[in-house]
Amino acid sequence: MEIARPEVQRFTGSADGAIKAAAGGLSFYYGAVNALRNINVPIHEKRVTALIGPSGCGKSTFLRCFNRMHDLYPGNRYEGEIRLFPDNTNLLAPEVDPIEVRMRIGMVFQKPNPFPKTIYENVAYGLRVRGERARRVIDDKVEQALKSAALWDEVKDRLQSLAFNLSGGQQQRLCIARCLATDPELLLFDEPTSALDPIATGSIEELIHKLKDRVTILIVTHNMQQAARVSDYTAYMYLGELVEFGRTDDIFVKPRDRRTEDYITGRMG
Amino acid sequence: MDAPRVREIRSVIARGKRWDVVFAIVGIVCLMIGLLTVAALFVDMAVKGLPRISLEFFTNFPSRRAESAGILSAWVGSTLVMVVTAVTAVPIGAAAGVYLEEYAPRNWMTDVIEINITNLAGVPSIVYGLLALGLFVYQFGLGQSVLAAGLTLALLILPVVIVATREAIRAIPAAMREGSYALGATQWQTVRYHILPYSMPGILTGVIIGLARAIGETAPIITIGALTFIAFLPSPPFQPEPPFLSFEWLFAPFTVMPIQMFNWTSRPEAAFQVNAAAAGFILVLMTLAMNGLAIWLRYRLRRNINW
Repeated sequence: MEIARPEVQRFTGSADGAIKAAAGGLSFYYGAVNALRNINVPIHEKRVTALIGPSGCGKSTFLRCFNRMHDLYPGNRYEGEIRLFPDNTNLLAPEVDPIEVRMRIGMVFQKPNPFPKTIYENVAYGLRVRGERARRVIDDKVEQALKSAALWDEVKDRLQSLAFNLSGGQQQRLCIARCLATDPELLLFDEPTSALDPIATGSIEELIHKLKDRVTILIVTHNMQQAARVSDYTAYMYLGELVEFGRTDDIFVKPRDRRTEDYITGRMG
Repeated sequence: MDAPRVREIRSVIARGKRWDVVFAIVGIVCLMIGLLTVAALFVDMAVKGLPRISLEFFTNFPSRRAESAGILSAWVGSTLVMVVTAVTAVPIGAAAGVYLEEYAPRNWMTDVIEINITNLAGVPSIVYGLLALGLFVYQFGLGQSVLAAGLTLALLILPVVIVATREAIRAIPAAMREGSYALGATQWQTVRYHILPYSMPGILTGVIIGLARAIGETAPIITIGALTFIAFLPSPPFQPEPPFLSFEWLFAPFTVMPIQMFNWTSRPEAAFQVNAAAAGFILVLMTLAMNGLAIWLRYRLRRNINW
C-alpha cells in the first residue's frame, strides 16, 4: 500500500483517539486561483470538527474536497492528499473514483435541497443508487434513517407526500436522513443552519450532537457560537490557510494565534 | 420642506410620467398591429369557411365537386405524419440536449456544435425538403411515404427540441445535481432520476411548439412528393387479429392539410376557395389545440416542481 505523506503520518500517532481522516499538504486551485494552501489537519473519529473563518477563507472549498465535489466542474485541481482511515485511501488520488468517495462520505448542503419527490423517495434514493431493490430492505432503512434524523414521528403518516411540503428545518433533517440511509463513514455539513430559523437551528444542532456516536462529522459554520456548541475540535481558516487547529475548548479559551483571537473575539471577520 | 422645492419635484415627476404614457400608447399600437392582422385573417377565414364545415367535411375524400369534397385523407395524413415526427424528434432531440448539457466536454468542438444547432433552426424548410428527397426518398428508398415526410419534419424541428431541452436542463438548480452526485449517483443515474424528469415539462413544451410549426409546413412535404389528390387512407395501425399492430401505413402515400389547402386555392372555381378557407380554419384550430396542450402539460407537470 502507498504510504501517506509525513504530515498525515504525524496525525495517526495522536494520543487523542482514532483518526478518521487527515488532510496532508492539501492545496486547491479554481483554474489559476489558489483557494487552499498547504492544509494539514486531522479529523477525529466519531467527533465533530468545526471549520470556522471569515467569508471567502476557503472553508467550504476545503469541505467540498472531501467528497470530490469539485470534480463536477472543469478547471479545478487538487494537490496533496486527504487520507481516509482505516483503509488509508487517498481520496484525492486520480485513480480513486469520486463516486466511490461519495458513497462513503455524505454531505448536507447550506440550503436544504430535497428532490422534488416524495419524502420516502428522497430517503430511498441513496439506496436505489446503490442498486438496492428489495422493498422490505428499503422500507426498513428509510424508517431507520428518518428515526435517526429525528423526523420519523413528524412524517410517518405522510411518507408519500412531497418533500417540498415540509418546513425548512424538516427539509434539512430530511437531507440528513437521506445521507444516513446509506451509513456514511463521514458526514459533511456545509453551513447547514444558515437558511434556518433559531428553533430549527437548535434541532439540527441537537441532532448533530446525537449523531456523533455513530458517524464522524465535519461542519462548516460561520457562527462561532454554533462551533462552540456542537464541536469537539475546531479549525480556524483564513485566506486559504489553516491558521489554527485544536480542541474547541482550547481554541475558544486560549487561542495560540493572534489572528484566531481577533476573529473569535469579533475584532475581525 | 419649502413649497417651491415640492412644486419642482412634482413637475419633474409629471414630466417623467408623460413618457410612461407615450411609451404605453406606442406599445399598445405595436401590439395591436400584430394581433389585429392575425385576428382579421383568422376571422375572415372563419366567416368564409364555417358554412362548409360539417361532419361530412371531415369524413369525405377530396372530390372534383367542391360541395362533396372533404379533408379526410388530409387530416389523417397530417396526424400520422405528426406521430412519426414526434416519435423520432423527441428521443433524438432530448438525448442530444442532455448530452450537450450534461456530458459534452467544454471545448471548441462543443462550441461549434452549439452554434450550428442554432443555425440549423434558421435553415429554410425547403432545404430540408431537398435533403429529404435525396436521402430518405431515393437513398433509403422510403418513397413518397408517411415515414419519409415524418422524418423530414423531425429533422426540421430537431433544433427546436434540442434548444428547449437545454434550456429546461439549465433551469434545474445546481443544488439538485449536486445533491444527487453527493449521494454517490453516476451521471446516468442523475440524468435518469433527476435531469430528465425535471426537464420534461420544458422538453414537451418545445416538442409541441415544434410540432405546431411542422403541421403547417408545406414546402418540404411538396418537395418529397406528397400527393395532392388522394382518395384512400393508409392501412390502419391497429388490426383485429394478431399481431394487432401494423406498420404498413408508414410506407403509404399521403397528403397533409396545408397541401390540401394549397390544392384547393389553386382551383379556379369559387366553391373550392370556401373549402380552402374551411380547411385553413381547421388547421389553425389544430395548431391552437396543440399550443393549448403544451400549456396544460407544462402546468400539470410543473405542479410538483417549483424552485
